[in-house]
Amino acid sequence: MVLPLIAGLVREESGLGWDDNMKMITCDRVTYDAAVTIHPKYAPFLNKKIEFYDEMSLVVGQDMATGSFAKTFVDIDLDNVVEGSLPLNFENEDVDEERTKSEKLGEIAEALKKFTEDKTPHPFAMPITHAFLLFLIFSSLQPTLSLYEDQVGLTDWHQQYIGKVKQAVFHTHKTGRKRVVVSTEDNVIATLDLRRGEIFWRHVLGHNDVVDGIVIALGKYVITLSSEGSILRAWNLPDGQMVWESSLHGPKHSKSLLVMTNVVIEKDNVVIIFSNGRLHAVSCIDGEVLWNKDFEVESLVVQKVIQPPGSNFVYVVGFAASSHFEMYQINAMNGELRKHESAAFSGGFSGEVSLVSSETLVALDSTGLILLRISFHKGNVSIQQTPISNLVEDSLGPAVIIPSSIMELFAIKINAVTIFIRVTGTGKLEVVEKANHETAVGDALSISEGQQAFGLVQHAGRDIHLTVKLAHDWGGDLLKESIKMDQQRGLVHKVFINNYVRTDGSYGFRALIVMEDHSLLLLQQGAIVWSREDGLASIIDVTTSELPVERAGVSVAKVELNLFEWLKGHMLKLKGTLMLASPEDIAAIQYMRLKSSEKSKMTRDHNGFRKLLIALTRAGKLFALHTGDGRIVWSLLLQSLHKSEACQHPIGLNLCPWQVPHHHALDENPSVLVVGRCGPSSDAPGVISFVDSYTGKELSSSSLVHSVAQVIPLPYTDSTEQRFHLLIDADKHAHLYPKTPEAIGIFRREFSNIYWYSVEDDNGIIKGYALKSKCDGNVADKFCFGSRELWSIVLPSESEKIIATVTRKLNEAVHTQAKLIAADQDVMYKYISRNLLFVATVAPKASGEIGSVTPEESWLVVYLIDTVTGFVLHRVTHHGSQGPVEAVFSENWVVYHYFNLRAHRYEMSVIEIYDQSRADNKDVWKLVVGKHNLTSPISSYSRSEVVTKSQSYFFTHSLKAIAVTSTAKGITSKQLLIGTIGDQVLALDKRFLDPRRSVNPTQAEREEGIIPLTDSLPIIPQSYITHNLRVEGLRGIITVPAKLESTTLVFAHGLDLFFTHFAPSRTYDSLTEDFSCALLLITIVVLVAAIFVTWVLSQRKELQDKWR
Amino acid sequence: MKSVKVIVSFVFTLSLLSFPSSGFQSDELLVDDEEFGLEGSPQPRSPEPIPTRSPPVTAPTRKRHSDLDSDSKIQFSLEHAFGDSDFSPAGTFSARLKTWSHGGQTLTKLRFSRNSFTDEDKEKFKNLLENDDFYRIRIPSNVLSPPGRDFVISSVKARCLPREGLDEHFVIHMEGVNVLAVNYGSPGSCPYPRNLKLPAKWSFSSHTVLKNSEQAPRAPVFSEEILGGENAEGEVVQPPERSFWAKYWMYLIPLGLIVMNAITQAMNMPEEQASGQGQPSAGAVQRGPSSAARRR
Repeated sequence: MVLPLIAGLVREESGLGWDDNMKMITCDRVTYDAAVTIHPKYAPFLNKKIEFYDEMSLVVGQDMATGSFAKTFVDIDLDNVVEGSLPLNFENEDVDEERTKSEKLGEIAEALKKFTEDKTPHPFAMPITHAFLLFLIFSSLQPTLSLYEDQVGLTDWHQQYIGKVKQAVFHTHKTGRKRVVVSTEDNVIATLDLRRGEIFWRHVLGHNDVVDGIVIALGKYVITLSSEGSILRAWNLPDGQMVWESSLHGPKHSKSLLVMTNVVIEKDNVVIIFSNGRLHAVSCIDGEVLWNKDFEVESLVVQKVIQPPGSNFVYVVGFAASSHFEMYQINAMNGELRKHESAAFSGGFSGEVSLVSSETLVALDSTGLILLRISFHKGNVSIQQTPISNLVEDSLGPAVIIPSSIMELFAIKINAVTIFIRVTGTGKLEVVEKANHETAVGDALSISEGQQAFGLVQHAGRDIHLTVKLAHDWGGDLLKESIKMDQQRGLVHKVFINNYVRTDGSYGFRALIVMEDHSLLLLQQGAIVWSREDGLASIIDVTTSELPVERAGVSVAKVELNLFEWLKGHMLKLKGTLMLASPEDIAAIQYMRLKSSEKSKMTRDHNGFRKLLIALTRAGKLFALHTGDGRIVWSLLLQSLHKSEACQHPIGLNLCPWQVPHHHALDENPSVLVVGRCGPSSDAPGVISFVDSYTGKELSSSSLVHSVAQVIPLPYTDSTEQRFHLLIDADKHAHLYPKTPEAIGIFRREFSNIYWYSVEDDNGIIKGYALKSKCDGNVADKFCFGSRELWSIVLPSESEKIIATVTRKLNEAVHTQAKLIAADQDVMYKYISRNLLFVATVAPKASGEIGSVTPEESWLVVYLIDTVTGFVLHRVTHHGSQGPVEAVFSENWVVYHYFNLRAHRYEMSVIEIYDQSRADNKDVWKLVVGKHNLTSPISSYSRSEVVTKSQSYFFTHSLKAIAVTSTAKGITSKQLLIGTIGDQVLALDKRFLDPRRSVNPTQAEREEGIIPLTDSLPIIPQSYITHNLRVEGLRGIITVPAKLESTTLVFAHGLDLFFTHFAPSRTYDSLTEDFSCALLLITIVVLVAAIFVTWVLSQRKELQDKWR
Repeated sequence: MKSVKVIVSFVFTLSLLSFPSSGFQSDELLVDDEEFGLEGSPQPRSPEPIPTRSPPVTAPTRKRHSDLDSDSKIQFSLEHAFGDSDFSPAGTFSARLKTWSHGGQTLTKLRFSRNSFTDEDKEKFKNLLENDDFYRIRIPSNVLSPPGRDFVISSVKARCLPREGLDEHFVIHMEGVNVLAVNYGSPGSCPYPRNLKLPAKWSFSSHTVLKNSEQAPRAPVFSEEILGGENAEGEVVQPPERSFWAKYWMYLIPLGLIVMNAITQAMNMPEEQASGQGQPSAGAVQRGPSSAARRR
């Protein structure tokens, strides 16, 4: 979808293009220059992702001016700001531009408007008021669930994250905003405000577009190398628009290095890139490749590209055939080879290298026991060996080099000890320090001519010590600070330092540190200036927990208002209702509503809106977020998921509610179970821990003797409301938790009714199992059960490959089993089984990208399988279709999304399953006489007679996630929540996906709510529940029922987090937010008073009449 | 359901009649699985007893795709296991393999002959019944080169099978010559507290159904024109003929009320006239207190 005005513009202006995926107007260099010189205001919209594009299409539409959105456009190019006297201290940096989203949106809309005005002759002078615009939007479309502007932020919150920082570059030499440019492991490039840690701009690259390096060029461009060194992009530093992009190709796959040089070729600054086995020199101004150079040695593994300061050549150094050191000296001006030297070393090389001067490297031999100092001064290569045992007496085991480039200094790590070694001018090595604590070393920073400083962070108990040292002088510390650190952040992983001039003229240092939990902190003057919880960018699993019941002794947030405040608030509200409020009052009312203490209390509320969202992140940290305002209530770095000797690569797998207090067990706190394992393969040993949901304390943790392949929550609880879980290991043994005698007693009773299944998607076999009373191997463990194979489904490997499996949510409430078909006065019974599994397979050829196969050789087969008996209840083939498949299963229907190659469009299909064996129960007389089988238990072993109804519709978007609303009792109608490719969440009524839709529904069907058949599903802009926000990198949507039947809580997570309340059929069961009780009371009082007055009057009148 | 039962019993009698001396009872279902087979029909076709039809070596097929289509007979075995025991042969499926001109191969005319239980088997099966254990079967996942990649296994609680004799029901899901899955169970319902019941006769009555994949319905494709046209046409036809009552009920009800009112009025009038003095006296009584008040 391209906005018509942009489409028009793109058509008219040659050289402009529209990239719908990135939502940006693209153009080449010449057009860009031309366009920007003529219309400087276009600059922010060319080659830049137009944020809120989707919303804009709704606001701007075809030709609608947006009165109150219209703001004068502010040129935000920082370089136009007058450069002052480099204010490097805090006081001089002022903070500007606190612009809200709507302002920005208005700004973009306005500028785009102007853009088209320049093209179209007819003038535009129609100030339409805001209210009128809203009225237009909300009245012109069919009734939908949309938000008014003043409702935004009332029940929803949005948090933006960037992920674990990989590389950071400071930009502080200019006036205005001091910032740091970071690239992260989640493929994000962002600039952060150094003052508060806020994001200035952020670009999320695709999941296979990994950032290899970033540099700042010319003081205004951020140059990034990504996609395994094949894409080089330049972004404008102040506002993040893309300036140019070039692609670099090479003969083979290799390490990618990005080096900023100070070489100037024809007034162009040059950046040198080694990627894909080729050396490229690229102009910083326009991304043009000036020269490139291939290397003839086949097995060359380039380690470093070095430009000695003040020279116009570069060294490319690397290892060939693992025992040769190769050095190329290349003219940076034209790429000519000036010198090639190589030296053999029989011991071989291993791992990383450290640069100790511009012409000296330090490496390790292949055993990790001998240090090699490789000098290539003036092109003469010499290798000098020094066994580590000569330097360190009690060295144990092989060492690892910590890659760095500090003058005359490098660090190695042996076991957990970090050793700093100095390389003196004569080539001698000497140990300067051995640090036993966990230490992180930052890269060198040139502070003045020939002087380099570097940062060092060491842990000492609860504190961390930040030290900044001069490279050539170990003893003299430039800075030594001790900072109290939250234990839940774990170890320091990375340090980046930056200097500034203090008010007294001396150097000050600030350090950006990345912690084990992926959080990012800025340290300055011995304090944490700000911190970002970027671990939340990589949530693995989410569960919810109820808050404690409000009663004496339970902690209630100390935000209760005093009486005066309370009265004032109510007066304001009353004024607002009676339309007497001034604009300031309205603002105050709005503020009050947004900051209402009600919603962020730490107790359970009547409607069940307040809950704790407990999230497990990739770093192995648990966060509890309050649903009211999204604040972090507690966080816990799990010790069981901490990297240790026994567990080298711990990963979190699942998060399950473990103990949910209920009735008699209300005195206990709820707890959650975290399951993880030590390593990526499924046979790695597992770890579990139990965490209290209220306090965030780890109750217990243990590393298991068995592995964890699957976690199955069982619908049984013991007397303390602990839920039973079966952990299936790689050998198909089931382990029961909790390990108590009571649990085994209850479990034995239900033993014969427990079945489980496994999907082996790599070889296309689905198997079902029952439990055996004992483990096969070890007899001692009575909580271990063997399993026996009951059924198997073998999909032919040459024609089908499993790409998606979906089951129903375990705790879903279904209100009614019958579905009334009003049209023919009929009842159909939904086939509601918790044991249904949806499986989608595609042709193995078609499992790749869309469009890689022809429609004839691709197909999609979907199955509905009963997981107890292995019965295939339904199987259907979509010819000419392929994945990726996203599906959601609820009640008796499943909706799935795939690509139709024949129609070149995405499709969504629905399958509804009805139970035919209960169809005889329609007769009322049978019900009266009791001859129905409604109360008879339903068994999977009964032969199932199901009928399915299905229908397919076209859908415009590709999806990232799909979910369905869930409410407390399941009465409210359902809506699908679709995570679109634009990272928004769209609500789509399930009625649009009804298989009974027909072209001309009868009157009865219309009354039932059947929508006339269309070939595609509508996308109504108002039904984006994320309104104008984006949940960048959307990965999952979670719905939780509130206690109020009409409302469901929606939590979407990706890089960003978004939470809102959503009422699929509107809040029919509660008064609206702006309902004024005071007004109602006043009305009642007035009425009662009026009744009394008139009664008295009438009495008097009557008396007078009688006396007459 | 009833008809199925009748047919089942018919099958029994026929098969008993035809093989009075044979050691095993076989009940073979002949499924005419042409191009579209049985898909769409929720119930299995009524089983046809073999004696009524000669072995379909040269059975005439109603539709031939082309003359190049060729048939060949194949057999594959059913194996069973009692509880966790090893699998042993239990019967044979025979079918005709049809090779289509476009290269696809499908099975048609599936028949099944089951070996009868030996005494040992009976003993094992009784054990299963007592322990409420599983009776498991398997067939190869590829009928041309058994066992293919793996066996396709299915199982049922043994207590589900016994009725009169032992009733079993196979639904074999095929894709070309590959068996994807087999649904094995009893034809009726079998809810959880299953009671121990020994079969009266140790003979199997088997029903087999072969299922191939269904085609998904295409997404409806409208061209704008057609949609517009249909809508316009629909618009013309649309005003549905509502009944007189549906149209004018809002006028009829008040009218009815007025009429009723009028009738009661009319009824009252003669009454008043009949009891002429009633009215004034009642008025006097009513005014009684007020006049009393006035007198005071």
